Amino acid sequence: MNLLDFITRLLAATLAMGTSLTYATLGEVYTEKTGILNLGMEGTMLMGALAGFATAFNTGNLLLALLMSMLVGALLSLIHAFLCITMRANQVVAGLAITMFGTGLANFLGQRLGPATNNFNLTGMNIANKFSNIAIPGLSGIPIIGALFDVSLLTYALYAILPFSWFFMYKTKHGMVVRAVGENPRTAAAMGISVTKIRYLYTLIGGMFAGLGGACLSLSFIPSWNEGMTGGKGWIVIALVIFSTWNPGRVVIGTLVFGGITSLQFSLQAAGLKMVIPSQFLGFSPYLITLVVLTAMTIINQKKKGSFASPSALGVSFAIDDK
Amino acid sequence: MSEKNTDETPVVRMVNITKHFPGVLANDSVDLTLHRGEVLALLGENGAGKSTLMNMLVGLYRPDSGEIFVKGKMAEINSPQDSMALGIGMIHQEFMLVGNMTVAENIILGMKDLPFVPPMADIKAKITELSKRYGLQVYPDKVIQDLSVGEQQRVEILKLLYRGADILILDEPTAVLTPGEARDLNEILKKMLAEGKSAIFITHKMDEVMEFSHTVQVLRRGKSVSSCPTNTIKRVQDLANMMVGRDILFSLDRGPYKPTDVMVEARDITVLPIGGGKPVLDKVSFSIRGGEIFGIAGVAGNGQQQLTEALTGLLRVDSGTILLNGKDMTNKTPLQVIKSGVSHIPADRGRMGVVGDMSVGDNLSMKKYRTQELSSHSVINKSWVRKFADHLIDVFTIKTPSQDTSVKFLSGGNIQKTILAREIDSCGGILIAVYPSRGLDVGATEAVRQNLIKQRDKGNAVLLVSEELEELLMVADKIAVMFEGRIMDIVDADKASTERLGMLMAGVEREDV
Ligand SMILES: Nc1ncnc2c1ncn2[C@@H]1O[C@H](COP(=O)(O)OP(=O)(O)OP(=O)(O)O)[C@@H](O)[C@H]1O
Ligand SMILES: [Mg+2]
Repeated sequence: MNLLDFITRLLAATLAMGTSLTYATLGEVYTEKTGILNLGMEGTMLMGALAGFATAFNTGNLLLALLMSMLVGALLSLIHAFLCITMRANQVVAGLAITMFGTGLANFLGQRLGPATNNFNLTGMNIANKFSNIAIPGLSGIPIIGALFDVSLLTYALYAILPFSWFFMYKTKHGMVVRAVGENPRTAAAMGISVTKIRYLYTLIGGMFAGLGGACLSLSFIPSWNEGMTGGKGWIVIALVIFSTWNPGRVVIGTLVFGGITSLQFSLQAAGLKMVIPSQFLGFSPYLITLVVLTAMTIINQKKKGSFASPSALGVSFAIDDK
Repeated sequence: MSEKNTDETPVVRMVNITKHFPGVLANDSVDLTLHRGEVLALLGENGAGKSTLMNMLVGLYRPDSGEIFVKGKMAEINSPQDSMALGIGMIHQEFMLVGNMTVAENIILGMKDLPFVPPMADIKAKITELSKRYGLQVYPDKVIQDLSVGEQQRVEILKLLYRGADILILDEPTAVLTPGEARDLNEILKKMLAEGKSAIFITHKMDEVMEFSHTVQVLRRGKSVSSCPTNTIKRVQDLANMMVGRDILFSLDRGPYKPTDVMVEARDITVLPIGGGKPVLDKVSFSIRGGEIFGIAGVAGNGQQQLTEALTGLLRVDSGTILLNGKDMTNKTPLQVIKSGVSHIPADRGRMGVVGDMSVGDNLSMKKYRTQELSSHSVINKSWVRKFADHLIDVFTIKTPSQDTSVKFLSGGNIQKTILAREIDSCGGILIAVYPSRGLDVGATEAVRQNLIKQRDKGNAVLLVSEELEELLMVADKIAVMFEGRIMDIVDADKASTERLGMLMAGVEREDV
C-alpha cells in the first residue's frame, strides 16, 4: 500500500470521526459564548446517539431520527438551562449531573427500545437505513483531497454549516448579541437584550447540536447502538472548545487534529503496521495536546492582551439586581 | 444657560416611585419631573438612590410601586428596549461597553431594527459623521479594551446620539475623567442640550451643577428632600448641606506642619514598559517625612498608578531604590511592604480594594488575619471580628444595612470608606492613597480628607495621588507634579499656585516659558 493511499484513508477516517465532534463542539461553542458552560455534553451526545438509532431502527426514517436526536439533546440541555439560568445553580455541578443522568438514562433505555426478539435490547442490532458515504464522481478520485468528496451527508452538511456559523457569530446582529451576553451580560441587559432568553436559546441550540453529534456516531460512524458508545467524546468536545478559542471558524482545526490522532491508531492497525506508539499514549494524547495548547495560548494571551480569552462571563450566572 | 420652556407637558414625570433592595429602601416615594429642554441636576450623597431611580426610568430595574409618564403618556417600561423606543438614553455610572467588541458594534448593539447582517460600512459612515458633528473623536473599528477611559466615555455618548435619544440621563459622566477630558465632555453635552434635548444629570461636582442645570433636585436616603431652580441657589455650600442634612465644613481641621524623619524615600525609580519604549517611570526621586502629606498631581496616566504600585510591591522596578521606614524595600513582596508599615488605598476599589462578595465585617478585618486577636490556631474569633467591625463602621460612619452585607451592595462612597477604615486602622506609619475621593459625595470627600489629615497630625507619612488640584492645595504639604513618568517639580503647597501646577501638569518645564 502506498503512502498516498494511506493518507487519503486516514483523512477519510478523520472526517468520519471528526463529524460527530464538530457538531457537538460547534454547539458547545455557541452555548459557552453566551456564558453558559455545559459539561453535560457526554450525556447529551449519548442520549442523541440513542434517540437517533432507536428512531431509525423502529421507523426506518433517517430524517426523523436526526430530528429526534436534536429534540432529545435540546430537552436535556433545557434541564441544564433551567438549573443554571433560572435556578442559578453552579454550572459545573449541573453539567456533571446532566452527563451522569444522560449516560445512565441512555444505557437504561437502550435495553428497552429494541425488538422483543433481542430481549428489547438495542445492542447488537443493525439498521438498514444509515448515512453512508456518497462519492462525488470525478472529485472523489483525486488523491488525498478526494477524501473530502466521499463522505456522508452529515459531513457534507458541515461544509455549509461551519462557514455559516462563523459568519453568524461575527457578521450578524444575532452573533453580536451572543458575544455581548457572554462577555458582559450587564451591558447586554442595559442595551435591552434579554440575557435570560439568549442564554436559554443558545443552550438549547448547543444541546441540539450535541444530540446531532451523537446521532452521527450511531447512524453513520458506527451504525449501531452500544452502551457508552460516545466513549468520552463529550469531554473531548469541552477541550476542543478551548482549542477553538471559542471561534466557530476554528472548530474544524481542533476536530481534524483530534479526529486525526484517533483515526491514526485505527489506520495503523488496519495498515497492519506494528504499533510504534502505544495505543494508551494515543488515547491520552488529545488531552496532552490540550494542555500544551492551553499553555501556549496563555502565554500568547499575556502578550497579545486577551485575544484568545474565554468569554468573560463564562460560568457566571446573571441577574440584573446583582452588582 | 438659556431659558427653559415650561408651559408644556413634562417629558418625564415619575410619581411615587418606591424601590427596595434586600435590607435597603433605595427609593421612598420619589417624585421627579423633567421638562422639555431642561437640565435637572440630581444630587445626593453616595447611596442616596440616584442611580437606582434612573435605572428604573430606563427599565433596567422595575419599581416596587409608582408610575412613570413619558411625554404625557403613562409608560410601561419593562426593559431598556422600551425606554429607548421612548427616546430615553442613559450613560451609566459604570461603562456599559463590551470590551472585546469594536466601537461600531457597541454602538449598534441590541438595536431592534437592524437587518440580519448589519451594513457595517454604512453604520461606520454614520458614526463618523456624528462624531465629526459633535467633535467626538472615535475610530469605529477600534476595540473597546484598547481605548482610554475618555475615549470609552465618548463611545457612550455616541450610543445615545446614534439612537437619537432626546431624553438624556447622565450618571456621573465625568467622575472617571481627567479634568481636561471632563471639560471636553461638558462642551459636547452643551452642544447636545442646545438642540433641545432634555437631561437628568447626576454629579458630585458642584461647579457642574451650577454651570449646567436649570433645576436641582436632592435625594437623601432614598427620599426626595428638595427641588428648586438652580438660580435660586446662592451658595454651593447650601447644596452640600441639603444633600447631607447637616453643615459641611469646607475648611478642614489641621494642625501645624511639623515634619519629622524621612519615612519614605524613592531614589531614581525607573520602570520600563513590557514591550519596550519610553519608561513608565523615569528616575523618580522624592522623600516623605512623618507628619507630612505629600501630594502627587498630574493628569491620570502619567505614571502615578505605577509609582504607587512600585511603592507597595505590586510592580517590579527596573532600577532605583525604595526605602520605607529606613529599610530597603525595593522589589519586595506586598506582604513585606505591608509588614513594614504601609497601608494602601488603591485606585481600583472594586478589584484591589475589597472582596465584593465578602461581608463588610470580613473586609474590614481582612488585614488582621495574621494577628492573634483575629484568630487563634487558625480559627477565626467571630465575636472579636463583630466587635472590631462594628467599631470601625461606627467611627468611619459607613452606611450599611449590617456588617454581614456583601460589600458590593454598598454605594461607591461607602465602599471607599470601608477601605479607608481598614487601611487607616492598620496603618503602621505610611499611608498611600490613590484618588481616594474619586466619585465620592461632598460629605464622604470631606471625611476622607479629614482622615488623611488626621494621619498626618499623628505623625504618619501620607502619599496622596489626586487629579484635583483643589484637593491637593487644601490637604497636602508638598506637591509633586508628574508628567510622562517624570517628576516635573516639587513645590510647597502653601507657595503653589493653580496656574503654575497646571503648567507643570501639561509638561511645561520649570521657568522656561
Ligand atoms: N443591585 C443592588 N442590590 C442591593 N442593593 C443595592 C443595589 N443597587 C443599589 N443598592 C443600594 O441601594 C442604595 C442606593 O444606591 P444607588 O446606587 O442608587 O446610590 P447612588 O445615589 O447612585 O450613589 P453613588 O453616588 O455612590 O453612585 C444604596 O444603599 C445601595 O447600597
Ligand atoms: Mg450612583
